[in-house]
Amino acid sequence: MAKSFRGGVHPDDRKRYTATKAIEVAPVPVKVIIPTRQHIGAPCAPVVTVGDLVKKGQVIAEAQAFVSSPIHASTSGKVVEIADYPHSVFGSCVAIVIESDGQDEWLEGLPLDRQWKAMEADEIKDAIRQAGLVGMGGATFPTHVKMAPPPDKSIDTFILNAAECEPYLTADHRAMLEYTEKIVTGMQIAMKALGVKRGIVGVEENKPDAIAAMQKVCGVVGIEVMPLETKYPQGAEKTLIHVITGKEVPSGALPMDVGVVVQNVGTAIAIADAVERGIPLIERVTTVTGAAIAEPKNLLLRVGDTFSNAIAMCGGFKEEPMKVIAGGPMMGMAQSNIEAPIMKGTSGILALTAADVNPGVERPCIRCGRCVEACPMGLIPSMLSILGERGAYPVAKEEYDLLDCVECGSCVYVCPAKRNIVHYIKLSKAQNAAMAAKK
Amino acid sequence: MSAEAKMEIGTLSVSTSPHIRSEESISKIMWSVNAALAPAALFSVYNFGMPAVTNLLLCIISAVFTEYLVLRWQGKDNVICDGSAVLTGLLLAMNIPAGLPWYMPVFGSVVAIGIAKHTMGGLGYNIFNPALIGRAFLLASWPIAMTTWPTPASLLGKVDAVTSATPLGIMKLQGYEKLVALFGDKMEMYKSLFIGTRGGSAGETSAVLLLLGGAYLIYKGYINWQVPVTMIATVGVLTGVFGGDPIVHMMSGGLILGAFYMATDMVTIPITIKGQVIFAIGAGLLTVLIRLLGGYPEGVCYAILLMNCVTPLIDRLVRPKKYGARG
Repeated sequence: MAKSFRGGVHPDDRKRYTATKAIEVAPVPVKVIIPTRQHIGAPCAPVVTVGDLVKKGQVIAEAQAFVSSPIHASTSGKVVEIADYPHSVFGSCVAIVIESDGQDEWLEGLPLDRQWKAMEADEIKDAIRQAGLVGMGGATFPTHVKMAPPPDKSIDTFILNAAECEPYLTADHRAMLEYTEKIVTGMQIAMKALGVKRGIVGVEENKPDAIAAMQKVCGVVGIEVMPLETKYPQGAEKTLIHVITGKEVPSGALPMDVGVVVQNVGTAIAIADAVERGIPLIERVTTVTGAAIAEPKNLLLRVGDTFSNAIAMCGGFKEEPMKVIAGGPMMGMAQSNIEAPIMKGTSGILALTAADVNPGVERPCIRCGRCVEACPMGLIPSMLSILGERGAYPVAKEEYDLLDCVECGSCVYVCPAKRNIVHYIKLSKAQNAAMAAKK
Repeated sequence: MSAEAKMEIGTLSVSTSPHIRSEESISKIMWSVNAALAPAALFSVYNFGMPAVTNLLLCIISAVFTEYLVLRWQGKDNVICDGSAVLTGLLLAMNIPAGLPWYMPVFGSVVAIGIAKHTMGGLGYNIFNPALIGRAFLLASWPIAMTTWPTPASLLGKVDAVTSATPLGIMKLQGYEKLVALFGDKMEMYKSLFIGTRGGSAGETSAVLLLLGGAYLIYKGYINWQVPVTMIATVGVLTGVFGGDPIVHMMSGGLILGAFYMATDMVTIPITIKGQVIFAIGAGLLTVLIRLLGGYPEGVCYAILLMNCVTPLIDRLVRPKKYGARG
């Protein structure tokens, strides 16, 4: 039987829109808008100025801190503007705008031809850092930080997060079918860099073809493919680790504290590209889908292309969308402006109709306990929402484990009172952080 | 890029994730519970005739009307149709003898909705089950009327009185032998309790129909099976241990009605299943204490209300196991 965890929910996965659609390579955009914040951590500082000519793969913004990741030009052309542009996570952000010269010319010396087996662990890690890799599942944590555990933490297991538990999204699914070899190579490279022998791929059962494809390649190199129950949030890092290894990451700790490193499918592809060919992260597979999209697709998009372009490539809207979301429906960000650019972490563009959204009217909590049963972290979401609503932020933190919430949204999904529990939780976290900063 | 791609959009709605929700809603739950109670309520009409009909109508209409007035006054009358006021009225009607004078069901409903539910803040905030508060209020105000039980219409041919005590009342005052004798023999008694042709509160008599409705609610996931099973089992085991007839105790005195439809009232019971089991054991234990040692032959109503008081305490003590703390 496929492995599972306590809690979680079973939304209709809606992957049928795009599960059978092969990845289409998007044309080079006329211009790319590349934000200087594409990861969790410190923003980058531009190292180009307006008027500069840049090549594809050239660094255009440099990381200023360890938890940060450099940003590269996704096509060749001229820097025409460095200014505030819409941003799918922060609303707006400084972006470097490059007008394409239509040549799409690589930086001199790229791509390389390297044998990863001949490379040292440090060389691999350096290549990953230079290529500006971030977690491509959506959380965008800089990959080189995950790949460089302090010497006192011994890592024994590498997990490839191929659960893709968010409804609608099929980018990882398609990548596993079409880039199988590259994903497994990326895994092997990461395992070598970490000095890990045990590699496991966790995939939800609703992708049997991907499981079969991965098994075929993984079997040869001694990597295990583990089918998991189709249940949200199977791919949340902490639940995934628990399901696969039986270990629980202590509150406030990181996966590396239990000897595990988890990377997403897209990140594994980027690792292979970065290490073997020196190619930085400038494109990614994004699922453009939802009932409001005329022809849903999986697209290989440049970082800096826009949501509106991607949607137009899918025939535009066939119905008026109520919401456009960057990412999946459970954890993605609702957009107010579809001119925002694609980023390294944009796993999906989802256009939902009013019928899909089904918001309902928020009512008081009736204490039905569904959220408690659905919470994969073992919290009491109803109480967190009530405390957030009342403004009792410190109580939520000190007595109800506010900070352990992973904001997966399972509680909101099941709530019959249509309470915006995650909203109250985010608010409480922000208020507590602001109070702590004041002290 | 297709030239005819439509890109017009209206104002996009922006809110925190998640962006999809299940089809569940408060109304769905409440109306399902009403539906689950309907067979037993209809049986009360068959059993007690017009007096049961008047009770049902009076309770439901006055409960809904009270709710309407209060919500109107608070400016939130958009939730009047959620089925919760109907449920309170229905439960109250099922928990009282059929054929009370008209003002009693009305007062009971006004107290249930106006005081037990809305002085606490309305649905979700009430500490006590509103229908049970309504019933407790009526029992305190009109004790005689509230313990005068009409004989089921279906039995009128056999028995010469028009009122009779409940099986537990007969057992308490006249003894077990007398109760068995009244039904003929033991099997007849069990059968009658199971089907429901006997005296008692209007809607509590038919064990089988209440169980069917309960099974439906468990199947729909609206109640946890652990609550009714634990409460009924606790009563069965304890009454058995203390020398009673567990089957009579389990099938009468509104235990099934209380265990399936009021001890499961999500608003007033602990939020974790573990806490709910503790609640159910406590409610079962108190029921038995009241029945065997107390002045009343029946104890389900007070047992549940008393356990409602400790719900916040149970919630504080019984927490789900947090991820990362399970080792």
